[in-house]
Order: sequence, then C-alpha cells, then structure tokens
Amino acid sequence: MSDTAMLERPPAPRPPEAAAPLLEIRGIRKAFPGVLALDNVSFTLKAGTVHALMGENGAGKSTLMKIIAGVYVPDQGEIRLNGRPVKMAAPIDALNHGIAMIHQELNLMPHMTVAENVWITREPRNALGLVDHRELRRRTQELFDRLNIDVDPRAEIQTLSVASRQMVEIAKAVSYDSDVLIMDEPTSALTEKEVAHLFEIIRHLREQGKGIIYITHKMNELFEIADEFSVFRDGKYIATCAASDVTRDDIIRMMVGREITQMFPKQTVPIGEVVLSVRNLTLEGVFHDVSFDIRAGEILGLAGLVGSGRSNVAETLFGVTPATSGTIAINGQEMAVDSPAKAMAAGMAFLTEDRKDTGCFLCLDIQDNMELAVLSQRYVNRLGFVQRGQLAADCRNMSARLRVKTPNMQEIIQNLSGGNQQKVLVGRWLLTNPKILILDEPTRGIDVGAKAEIHRLVSELAGQGVAILMISSEMPEVLGMSDRIAVMHEGHLTGILDRSEADQARIMDLAAK
Amino acid sequence: MSTYTATRTMTPSKSSFKLPQEASIFLVLVGIGLFFEALGWYLNDQSFLFNLERLKIIILQMAVIGIIAVGVNMVIITSGIDLSSGSVVAASAVVAASLAQVSDFPRAVFPSLTDLPVIWPLLAGAFTGLVIGLINGSLIAYTAIPPFIATLGTMVAARGFAKWFTGGMPVSMLNDDFAWIGSGANPVVIFLAMALIFHIVLRYTRFGKFTYAIGANRQAALVSGINVNRHLIWIYTIAGLLAGIAGTVTAARAISGQSGMGVMYELDAIAAVVIGGTSLVGGKGRITGTVIGVLILGVMTSGFTFIRIDAYYQEMVKGAIIVAAVIADQYRNKKKR
Repeated sequence: MSDTAMLERPPAPRPPEAAAPLLEIRGIRKAFPGVLALDNVSFTLKAGTVHALMGENGAGKSTLMKIIAGVYVPDQGEIRLNGRPVKMAAPIDALNHGIAMIHQELNLMPHMTVAENVWITREPRNALGLVDHRELRRRTQELFDRLNIDVDPRAEIQTLSVASRQMVEIAKAVSYDSDVLIMDEPTSALTEKEVAHLFEIIRHLREQGKGIIYITHKMNELFEIADEFSVFRDGKYIATCAASDVTRDDIIRMMVGREITQMFPKQTVPIGEVVLSVRNLTLEGVFHDVSFDIRAGEILGLAGLVGSGRSNVAETLFGVTPATSGTIAINGQEMAVDSPAKAMAAGMAFLTEDRKDTGCFLCLDIQDNMELAVLSQRYVNRLGFVQRGQLAADCRNMSARLRVKTPNMQEIIQNLSGGNQQKVLVGRWLLTNPKILILDEPTRGIDVGAKAEIHRLVSELAGQGVAILMISSEMPEVLGMSDRIAVMHEGHLTGILDRSEADQARIMDLAAK
Repeated sequence: MSTYTATRTMTPSKSSFKLPQEASIFLVLVGIGLFFEALGWYLNDQSFLFNLERLKIIILQMAVIGIIAVGVNMVIITSGIDLSSGSVVAASAVVAASLAQVSDFPRAVFPSLTDLPVIWPLLAGAFTGLVIGLINGSLIAYTAIPPFIATLGTMVAARGFAKWFTGGMPVSMLNDDFAWIGSGANPVVIFLAMALIFHIVLRYTRFGKFTYAIGANRQAALVSGINVNRHLIWIYTIAGLLAGIAGTVTAARAISGQSGMGVMYELDAIAAVVIGGTSLVGGKGRITGTVIGVLILGVMTSGFTFIRIDAYYQEMVKGAIIVAAVIADQYRNKKKR
C-alpha cells in the first residue's frame, strides 16, 4: 500500500520557483439562498509555505475552505492543483487529490482508539481479512514519531485532552499523504504550551514542502507562523501580502475596510457601591475559597488558564451548579443562589462560554433566541400569553442597537456568523436589564469588528452602573477592559491586581504559580 | 468612546413571505386523497372523497389517535418520547368504565342505588392518565433515565394495571350518559378542541415558548432561567392527561372498557406527529401539522379499505409512508442549509 511507502519517503525537495503553484483558485463564485458567499475569489498557495487566511466572520473564508476541501461545489471558477485543473464533488475527492482539512469541530470517534481513528477505512488486514491491530499500532507510532507527537496509539480518543485530539487529527490528515493541509482555527482550545508544540509540527510540515492554509483570528499567530496571508472581506478577495511586510494595524484595516481607532475603548466611569460580594465560595472538588467584590460600574477581569476553574465560578454564581459552601451577597443582602431563575431575579445575567452548547437555540429564529430569558420576567400577561407586539418591537430595537447583521428577526440563528450570534445572545441578557453581568469569553471566535462593538458595549454598560465580571483568555482584552483583574490557578484565586499594576507577566505569574 | 461606525448595510431579504411548513404536508394529504379518488373511479366506479359518510368515518376513527397525538407532539418538541399512551388508553378506559356501569341489576338488591353522574367516570379516566403522565414526568426530570426507558416502563406497568383492575374481563353494561360522550361527532369535537387549545398554548404563551426552547437546547434553556425539570413534568402530565381523555372516549365509543384497548396507539400517534413535520430532534413542530398528519393516517387506512387492499398490506404501506415522511423532512432540512 502507498500508506507505508509514504512513511519512508524522504522529505520532498522544494519545487523551483518557476513551477506551477501547489494550489491555485481562479474566479470562484458561490451563492447561497439570499447570500453571495464568494464573489470572484482567487487565491494561490505555494508549496512549503504557511498561508494564513484572514477576515471577519462571514467574510467567506470558511466557504472557500469548504470548496477546497470538496464539501461545497462552487457555482463558477476553477481549482488547479500543481497546474492541473481538478474537479471535486465530495470530501473524498479532495482527500484523493491530496487535500486534507482539519476541522474546527473535531471529527473523531470517541470510543475508538487513536490508531483506529487515524487509519479508519484504510486498516491493514491480516491473512484472514481481519484488522491487523499490531501493524495498525506500528504505523501509527511511526507516523507520530515522525511528527514528534507524544500520544499513545492504543488510548481511546475520549480519554485524551482537546490538544491531543487535535494532534491526532493532524496526524490523520498527514497520513493521507496530503500536500495541502487546511487548518481552521486550530488553536482556539489550546494552552500556550500546546500552541507552541502545534507550531513546531506546522513548521516541520512546511519543511517537507507541504502547503498549509491556516485560518485564524489571532493576530500574533499570524506573525509567528505565517509566511503569507490573504485577506477577505464580505465574500471578496482583498489582497495577499508577505507576513513580514505589514503591521497589525495594516491587516485590521484590510479586514474591516475602515480604521478601528480604539480596540478597547475603556471609559473612566464613576465606581459606585459594592453590588456583588462573594466570600469563600467553594464548589467541592472544583474551586475553593473564592472571595471578591464587584462595585457598580466596575469591570472585574477574571484571568487564568483554561481549566483553572474560572467558568465554574461563573456557573456557580449564576446558580447553574450551586455552591457547596461560601456566601454570595447582592447589594449587601446575602442570598442562596441555587438556580439560574433565582440569579436572574437578583439581577444577574450570564453570557456563557460556549455559544453552541449552552447559548444558542440553533434551530430557532433570532426573535425566539433573544426573548427567552426576559420571558421569565416580563412581556407575559396574567394568563401566560406573550405580549408579542411589544416584545417584537423591543427585540428589533435591541437588534438594531447591537447592529446584528440580518435581513429580519425570523432568520434562524444557525445561519448567522459567530459574531452576530454572540450579539443576539448579548441582546438576550440586556433585555433583562441586569445589574450584574457575567461574561464568559465574550469575544471568543468572533471577528475584529464584532469584537470592538462588544467591547464598546461592555464599557457603555459599565458606564450605566452595571457591575461586570469578565472571564477572558485573551490577555489584551483582560488588560484593556478591566478595572481590576482577578487571577485563578487550579481552583484557587491567587491574586487580584489593580489596573495600574497589572501586566501580562504578572498575570501569567499568578496564573501559573 | 470609540469612533467606530458601522458601514455595512443590511442584507436585503429576497422575500419576506415564506410558505409555512404545513403547506407541503397538506399537499401530501390532498395528493393521497386524489390518488384514492382516481383509484375509486377506476376500480369501484364511485367517488372516494365526495362521500360524506366516509369522510365522517375517517375523522371519527382518527379522533382518539388525534387526541393522543396532540400530547405526544408536545413531548416530541421537547426532544422526548412517550411510549405509554396506548397503555394509558386501556388503564383510563377501564377505570372510567367501572364508574359508568348501569345500576339496574344491583338495584334489585339495593333499591336506593343510582348511576353516578357522568362527570365522575370522566374525571376518573382523565385523572388516571394524568397520574401516569405525572409519573413519567417525574421519572424523566428527577432521575437521569431517558424518556424512552421511563415511558417504556409505564407502558408495560399501565397495561398490567388495566389487566389487574379488570381481571382480564371487559367492563360492560355502561350507562347511556357515558356512552353519549363517544357518540356522534363528540370524539371529533373533543379532538379539535384539544388541538385548538394546545395550538394556542404552543404559539402564543410563554409555556409554549419554553417548550420549544427546551427541545432546541436544554442546557441553554436552563441557563436562560427556565425551570426545565418542572416544565418537563408539566409536558408529560399533559400528554398523560390527553391519553386519559382518549381512553375515556374509547370506552364511551365502545360502550365497554377493556384492558386490551389502545394497543399500538402510541405508535400511530408518534407516526402522525412525525408525518406532520415535527422533528424528533426537538425544537420544531406544530399542532396544525399533527392534525394533518392524523388525517393522512386516517385517509390512508380508509382508502386502502375502500379499494379493498388486505389489512396486512395496509400496515406494510403505512410503515413505508412513515419512513418516507422522515426522509422527506431530513431532505427539506438539508436543503435549507
């Protein structure tokens, strides 16, 4: 089989400059009902380079990637691989042409082993036609050794961390002997150390002459790993540049087509009385003795590594997982918050971390998604009937205020971009007029434009006297937005820094004690 | 403040008018009707649709399934399932019938004995369903067992209860007042009344909104402040109550309560709901669709009998149609993406 042959093959020599580019896209057009997702887009990937795709959500990057990976068939245009035009009708065609995509949502079978997952549908057989597990493990180990991946081929996928699963996905893509690898935001769930390892693997693949298409929202990654990048905006191709030639601001300007003068528009607002006071809050086995105050108009940033218990604190504050001990006082009044309904009655709102899992009602429309929290409190008459006219009007106003980009309120939320979905969810909570707003990763996976708008809004709310707890993994966001920054490490609050004394090094010091 | 301003324009919507999902199901109903109409003239030399008696029978036959399907539809919208409805029909039928027996014979011994007012058997039948529904809901809300298992358990247990209660014998000799409930168009009136009430509940009340929300994303519903457990108990209790009413109507129509009543009714009800466009994944579905789904089942059964197709073939074709409905639904969802 060619699988084994591939493993022993020496690294491919870099093709000479004059040769046809590895992958060439010409004049691609793709329309969906009501949206022109890609309009005459062209794009070239050279062998042995990492090519980043940048653009706001909805710019057309994901659609383009799905066309290259054979998921969508373009309405018009041409794809050339090593100078030859290719037609792809299904993902399997792309794989056979040497194009592999590493999906944002991981596509592994959780109950099967690593080795079984990597070689699925291509398992080596023994004389009886049964799967030869020893050979399967050997091949996997060989592949992992070559990529410098340290994962046990015999482990079940479900026992692995997200980072390890990602490594398995990458190894699987490489095992198809692919020349083109597409990575869609591969670092969104990784820690810094894991990201460093991932980049090592990517550089290694680049040296072997692979072409890597890398989609990301993170600017620092672009400068660290990419050789070239292309920018897309509203379904159109804007430009391709070498990563070394431009600054961060240049890229942002290309992406949004306008200047964003201030990314973190922190306003100085009068800080009021203590609104939320937490003392020795504990959820046995998860976090312990967490104590802090938030005042009216104050933004308290909550930093820490993924898994340090930040989100658990938020869930406990909101009554999703009630505390096992400790107290929560709101406006000086101690209260038992043992359900989200109680938290909401006390004036709390909670934008959860995972839009898909705990935020959106994906099959419902914008109107439904926006109104569901406030229905527990208002817009309902004594018989339980919804006051639809008033509610619809207020939701429309909220949608306009948050600049949700949609033709109408009856659009299914699944069809919106991540940034717009997030705005709808923010709107859901603003309708309840919260006094305390808990934001868990409010700008994860959304584009720069929407990010700036959400930052502006958070500042505005603080100005109106809302007490805000903001969890974020993005250091610039935490530093830019917060009045004070609390840092967590392994279930303990390791320190609270003032805005004036906080910097990246001090936060990292507290987060990784 | 930021000086950032939005320069993007709203994407213009192509057309704000969308055909409701029910329209396509309704077309299927019309298509099936016309199919039998054509066959009717070809094979029997008479009309299938333009026969008032037949239409009456179709609706009357399906009224009981329809009452159950209204409740099952709500359960399925929450992404649950209720397998107990058929057994609930039996349990409530025998309980209701036992309180509706005529007192002519025992009066020979106890002269002061009179029939109970008809309200008592009615309430008892409905209440039996309500209690079983409450058990379903509590099991699902407070233990982690899936609805399929919980209602499978009550399905077996409720049938057992009905057999024990009657000792396997039919409860007959029911009084005329009770029989009146099942006579004439009354079952249909009850079905349509229930359909209308819960159509309004689902579309216009907060209870309805929460029902869809729980089916669409249970975790998000919880974090939005909805008391998911309490709501699920309500949903299954209502489904049980409706099955209880259906059982009472069944006993009144048959003028007898039997422990073997309602066998497989739960599957007919689920089939009607699914044909009516409700997604088993949850979060989607309307009562109007379910009503059309019930009518489709009725027209098919009646139509096959009309063109004299063997009952065994009928069941095979019915199975095929249910599967086809789900395939069509999935295809429709995929196209929308």
